[in-house]
Amino acid sequence: MAGNGASGDYAVRFEAVQKSYDGEILVVKDLNLDIARGEFLTMLGPSGSGKTTCLMMLAGFEPATHGEIFLNDNPINNVPPHRRGIGMVFQNYALFPHMSVAENLAFPLQVRKMNKSDTEARVKRALEMVELGAFGGRRPAQLSGGQQQRVAVARALVFEPDLVLMDEPLGALDKQLREQMQYEIKHIHENLGVTVVYVTHDQSEALTMSNRIAVFNDGVIQQLSSPEDLYEHPDKSFVAQFIGENNKLHGTITKIDGKKSCEVALDDGQTVKALPVNIAGVGEKTMLSLRPERVVVNPKRGECPSVMDAKIEELIYLGDHIRTRMRVGDHDDFIVKVPNTYGHEPLKEGAKTKIGWHTEDARALDWYTGTIDPGMDD
Amino acid sequence: MVDATANDPQIVNEPQVADAGTLKAQLARATRRQKLMALGLTAPLVLFVLISFVYPIGAMLVRGFYDTQVQQILPNTAKVIGNWNGEGLPDEEVWEAFVQDMQVGAQEKTIGKFALRLNFVLPGTRSLVMSSARKVKRADLSEVENFQEYLTDIKEKWGEREVWAVIQRLSDSIQYDYYANAIDMRINADGDFVMQPEKQRIYVTLFIRTLWMSALVMGVCLVLAYPLAYWLSVLPMRISNLLMIMVLLPFWTSLLVRTTAWISLLQEQGIINDIIVGLGIVGDESRVRMIYNEMGTIIAMTHILLPFMILPLYSVMRTIPPSYMRAARSLGATQLTAFVRVFMPQTAAGVGAGSLLVFILCIGFYITPALVGGQRGQLISNLIAAHIQTTQNWSLAAALGAILLAGVLICYWLYNKLIGVDNMKLG
Repeated sequence: MAGNGASGDYAVRFEAVQKSYDGEILVVKDLNLDIARGEFLTMLGPSGSGKTTCLMMLAGFEPATHGEIFLNDNPINNVPPHRRGIGMVFQNYALFPHMSVAENLAFPLQVRKMNKSDTEARVKRALEMVELGAFGGRRPAQLSGGQQQRVAVARALVFEPDLVLMDEPLGALDKQLREQMQYEIKHIHENLGVTVVYVTHDQSEALTMSNRIAVFNDGVIQQLSSPEDLYEHPDKSFVAQFIGENNKLHGTITKIDGKKSCEVALDDGQTVKALPVNIAGVGEKTMLSLRPERVVVNPKRGECPSVMDAKIEELIYLGDHIRTRMRVGDHDDFIVKVPNTYGHEPLKEGAKTKIGWHTEDARALDWYTGTIDPGMDD
Repeated sequence: MVDATANDPQIVNEPQVADAGTLKAQLARATRRQKLMALGLTAPLVLFVLISFVYPIGAMLVRGFYDTQVQQILPNTAKVIGNWNGEGLPDEEVWEAFVQDMQVGAQEKTIGKFALRLNFVLPGTRSLVMSSARKVKRADLSEVENFQEYLTDIKEKWGEREVWAVIQRLSDSIQYDYYANAIDMRINADGDFVMQPEKQRIYVTLFIRTLWMSALVMGVCLVLAYPLAYWLSVLPMRISNLLMIMVLLPFWTSLLVRTTAWISLLQEQGIINDIIVGLGIVGDESRVRMIYNEMGTIIAMTHILLPFMILPLYSVMRTIPPSYMRAARSLGATQLTAFVRVFMPQTAAGVGAGSLLVFILCIGFYITPALVGGQRGQLISNLIAAHIQTTQNWSLAAALGAILLAGVLICYWLYNKLIGVDNMKLG
């Protein structure tokens, strides 16, 4: 059935899926993705990156213009949404305003012609799962945002689907509630063992909840890995910049010393060492990615193979760490996080200092010049 | 207030509030300017509405039951007949006053109106009054000794108690005859409400016809407008705005033009008949009669009122996010189930508003039925107009109008009970 002949234990498989709305521009370009049973997979990316389109194709609201989507090894391109049996939580919950909470939850069971007593029992159980047992008689409008969110989750789960899709479900909540709901959704996922495909543009949401994260940009999955891996070992400049804070240094590869090290001539003339990750070869342009917390301020002699001069431009005291903006080479937006440990390096605005790093912390990546605006709203 | 906090600046959590009375006064003073300005801005419209709308309607409503015509024609009689207890025959002073009034009325030619009015209640009394008046007109009343004998000598019928009972009732300024008349009843000589003779019953039938034709037009409008509004609501804004202009286009044309256009389309020698005859569907001798009957009225009114249904429906449907339908579909509902159970209930406010609007407009529609309704397509408003313009029976027109107004208010009340006016969404 699958084009490449492999049929494994996958909940969802995208096979060479493409999508175009206008017949000119591909919003999703050749997507291949396997989602394992019971996995919590997050599609993360800026708006317009194609992540929501993928979700809509999976739910059946948008047809794929090329390729095939498999659900439990069955092709579903021609299966209408209501026969796919996929639960879905929408961005603004889409709770039916003219029905009570209990009626909302009963809706998927009623259309499945479940008898009345079973329906009531299931609804009750679902409401208790989200700790809203006493709210069945209320209208959605009478609930707070967080409660509506829970009802939406309960409704997507009440008919016991194998797969639940969530389209930026926490976008409308305030920060504190959002964090709380992240844990609740994570726990529900762990307790029920359903497969969850979650779409968001919020990286912290993705990092908190997911087993794996697919970082989307420009209709293509840039990197698909676990949260730790994405943050610690980004393969592409886009991913490095999109996830977490990142310092970038532009330069040209001058020498490659095996798999562990390479030398890069920075645009301002200095030569530093870095870990070759995604580079074309000697003489090609590269972008070094350096996490602010991995930068060593005023390194001891011999501690770091690469050392550069820096000037402290700005200090922001944040309690647990001091965020330091420095001028390094021709960049004045080089960020260093200095942990507020006992006897840490005293810093002064305008002072000159040195910074250094371990070679494996500076990742030499592809040349990416696009602008990235993570965490923006659609 | 300011002083209280200034004395102790450290207490910030408990602002010292002046007692309620002063606070109200302060608030009133602080907002007085705004209130005066608001009043000044609304005053022209309020005055306009009062003078051109509230007053005429009020005056018309009063006219339906307040009638001093007989009082004016028979001023002396009206003054004294109230003393009569209704048993036997009135006292001599009443007879004297009546004969005097009759003489004046005959000379000033106003007595005819009284004769008509009396005849309206007691059929056959018109000639009684008119022939008596002719005799009294030139008589020298100072010679008359007993007015009761004088009058009964002229016409024996004056001796009937019934006649005087009716005159007594008509001399009152509050009259219910017109309302009775408007519902095909009349008040007989004894003051009881009785049904009109079969042949004269027209208004109730007409009210019922008005109601059911309005309901029919409303229903047809709803059936036609609902799919269109849905389609408009799911189209991209750019296209739906363009199509919305098409919906509103008829408003830029005179109502008269739109109605008469239907005449040229629907009449027996009209375009539609020409086409079906040309196609051989019906013969030339049996052309379909589509106008000057109920059908003509319904077709033309539906066309004219359709935008009033589309607009509220569209505005409500626009606000329903497509995610509701998607949610229903993802939860396992077919397209149809999702539409019926999730989409349609949410359009109730629009359906209610549109239906109410169309129904109320229908009830009072005048020009269209007058032009294309023929005899059988007339509505109650056409009869009200006829009573205003032709028969000059303004009081009856007022009574009919008041009943119509009451009907509209009942519709509105019902709507409020069922859907709630707060939920109404118009355009």
